[in-house]
Amino acid sequence: MHDVADGHPSFLQHHFFEPEQQAEAAKLGTWLFLLTEILLFGGLFCAYAVYRAWYPDMFYEAHLQLNVVLGATNTVVLITSSVTMALAIRAVQMNKSKQAIWLLVATLAFACTFLVIKYFEYSHKFHLGQLPGKYYSFTGLEGNNPHVFFSVYFLMTGLHGFHVLGGMGLITWMIVKVSKGKLSGEYYTPIEMTGLYWHLVDMIWIFLFPLLYLIG
Amino acid sequence: MSTASANVIPERNYLNDPKGLKSWLLTKDHKRIGLMYLFAIMFFFLLGGIFALLIRWELLTPAVDIMEHDTYNKMFTLHGAVMIFLFIIPSIPAALGNFVLPLMLGAKDVAFPRLNLASWYVYCLGALFMIYALVTNPADTGWTFYTPYSTQTNTAVISTTLGVFILGFSSIFTGLNFIVTIHKLRAPGMTWFRMPLFAWGTYATAILQVLATPVIGITFVLLIMERLLGIGIFDPALGGDPVLYQHFFWFYSHPAVYIMILPGMAIISETVSVFSHKKIFGYKLIAFSSLGIAFVSFLVWGHHMFTSGQSELAAIMFSFLTFLVGIPSGIKVFNWLATMYRGSISLEAPMLYTLSFLILFTIGGITGIFLGALAIDIHVHDTYFVVAHFHYVMMGGTVMAFLAGIHYWWPKIWGRMYNEFWAKIACALIFIGFNMTFFTQFIMGTQGMPRRYFTYLEQYQPMHGFSSIGAFVIGAGFVIMAVYLIAAIFKGRPAGNNPWGSLSFEWLTSSPPPHGNFDEEPVLEHGPYDYDTIEVVATK
Repeated sequence: MHDVADGHPSFLQHHFFEPEQQAEAAKLGTWLFLLTEILLFGGLFCAYAVYRAWYPDMFYEAHLQLNVVLGATNTVVLITSSVTMALAIRAVQMNKSKQAIWLLVATLAFACTFLVIKYFEYSHKFHLGQLPGKYYSFTGLEGNNPHVFFSVYFLMTGLHGFHVLGGMGLITWMIVKVSKGKLSGEYYTPIEMTGLYWHLVDMIWIFLFPLLYLIG
Repeated sequence: MSTASANVIPERNYLNDPKGLKSWLLTKDHKRIGLMYLFAIMFFFLLGGIFALLIRWELLTPAVDIMEHDTYNKMFTLHGAVMIFLFIIPSIPAALGNFVLPLMLGAKDVAFPRLNLASWYVYCLGALFMIYALVTNPADTGWTFYTPYSTQTNTAVISTTLGVFILGFSSIFTGLNFIVTIHKLRAPGMTWFRMPLFAWGTYATAILQVLATPVIGITFVLLIMERLLGIGIFDPALGGDPVLYQHFFWFYSHPAVYIMILPGMAIISETVSVFSHKKIFGYKLIAFSSLGIAFVSFLVWGHHMFTSGQSELAAIMFSFLTFLVGIPSGIKVFNWLATMYRGSISLEAPMLYTLSFLILFTIGGITGIFLGALAIDIHVHDTYFVVAHFHYVMMGGTVMAFLAGIHYWWPKIWGRMYNEFWAKIACALIFIGFNMTFFTQFIMGTQGMPRRYFTYLEQYQPMHGFSSIGAFVIGAGFVIMAVYLIAAIFKGRPAGNNPWGSLSFEWLTSSPPPHGNFDEEPVLEHGPYDYDTIEVVATK
């Protein structure tokens, strides 16, 4: 690179003039990425809407098989993790690295809790044969094509689960970055962007929970 | 403007600074990444072209000429999938756009250079999946992968659609990068309305790439799950709806048509002004019509499904909305014509392709309006009329514009000129061959020749034969082009900074440009089309 220009901070990439321009570019890029995520999930929400309209009674009957208590617990867990995430960003901005690390670890722990609860929900359903599509073998439900409900349920929560995993990866990376002293009140774009992503993952769950667990 | 009387290639430029294979494979330079994309897409263009010639060879006579019907089904699927997903969608944005856009804006690079490199590797990974499908058991569904057939056939639908799913990420990366680059990295003085129209066109394209591509992603995830788990979303036997698949598919794939054509229009907006030596007519209208096309493109997907069992009301609405696309497209064509009017037009290769574009795209566009009209579509649906229409738009439009761009920017990319005489010969062959191939298909289509058939009635023999000969004429044109373009890289005479006398930013820097694009911080002193006030001396 020719122009590591004089006086430029080390985090500033060569093709930007100033830190503010770089931060704004990162923000715009992240929002665009979040938009693609919404459209990705949009396909599944659309499929949900179509089949709920086709089979309203079956959707009602099938949703009773979901465990509202576990779902609600997970909702609280995820919202709390969003709070700790936001506090972690604040801590980095205030140059309180140690506090930031603890808050990030807490966020990670909540994310783990979410997935563990999801694991128990899934394995219970697997056990009962409430599997998606042609693997569906549960006999306790009347009505039209109940396997379609479980296909939609597993696809939506499964895709969301992958996003939780991805978020955990990002949070771990941020823990490394903060503990190496790479982020500070002067430069905190990466953790801010991680936060935006994490809130989106949270938001999607907030839509999934009532749509799947609280029908009728 | 410096005249550089004896043109020389700058000793250090992006091609040789730094040296070594590793410096290419790990490069973050948008110019190198653009070039790597160019090599990759040209490889797949060759592959898709060979499939096309094999198809036309088979259709020379109604008998079995070179392949059986099963192979034929795979062949047209491969032709469509390779040409669309591996060639035409990345062609202008990822290859030429990557190279030119930052130069045009006076930027040192795109906003996210690492993401840019990642997009190329993701593209290669997606391509590997498609090649794997190709060598094992290619899909025979057509490039649209319609359910329920695509969930039943025993061909490699999963690896093909997984390949397309992965390619989608590379397309999103490019689009996202371009939007942020245009918003945040314009040089001082480069206001929105002083940007070259190429930047406006790629901006509209990038919006579509970002908004539409995730939908095809989730569609193919659902399709793959349908094959693996029988989830019953698209399979009527399991309580699903195959028409829902078509809605999902076209919600992406119709905007994708504009992902293909908008960057083509973006190139034409440049070349038509440069080679008419006249200020572009209706700058703002051309700029906004790109956004207009992008917007309307999300509202017309249902015109692919007039015969698929959607409600009559929906069909009428989609038909009406489809007509709206004609308005911004018409605005563009008339503005280009008005730009040429009383200009001093020089008929060099890029302009010849530009004129080819204007003629062929207009035919393709107007027949698109025919097809958008419900009553006519019911009649010619799934005939060669449709095949001819989209080839006039995709090849007559996008590919001609791509070739205009290749010939226009080749001296900037390599610093050397190609042989103009052979370029004219190749252009003539491609233009004539193209019309031989596809105009006959319009006629066959109106007479009822259905598309995707491996054989046909004796009455269509003369036209099918003529069409096939045309395809080989196109092929000959491309062989000549390959020879003189590659020869230019090694033996062409140095082109100088500005061989066409253009006012756009990318011609201010040397050819080929240095590693950081500009040796000095570029300053914008004039608009990109101020040919009425500024005398430019070409360095050729």
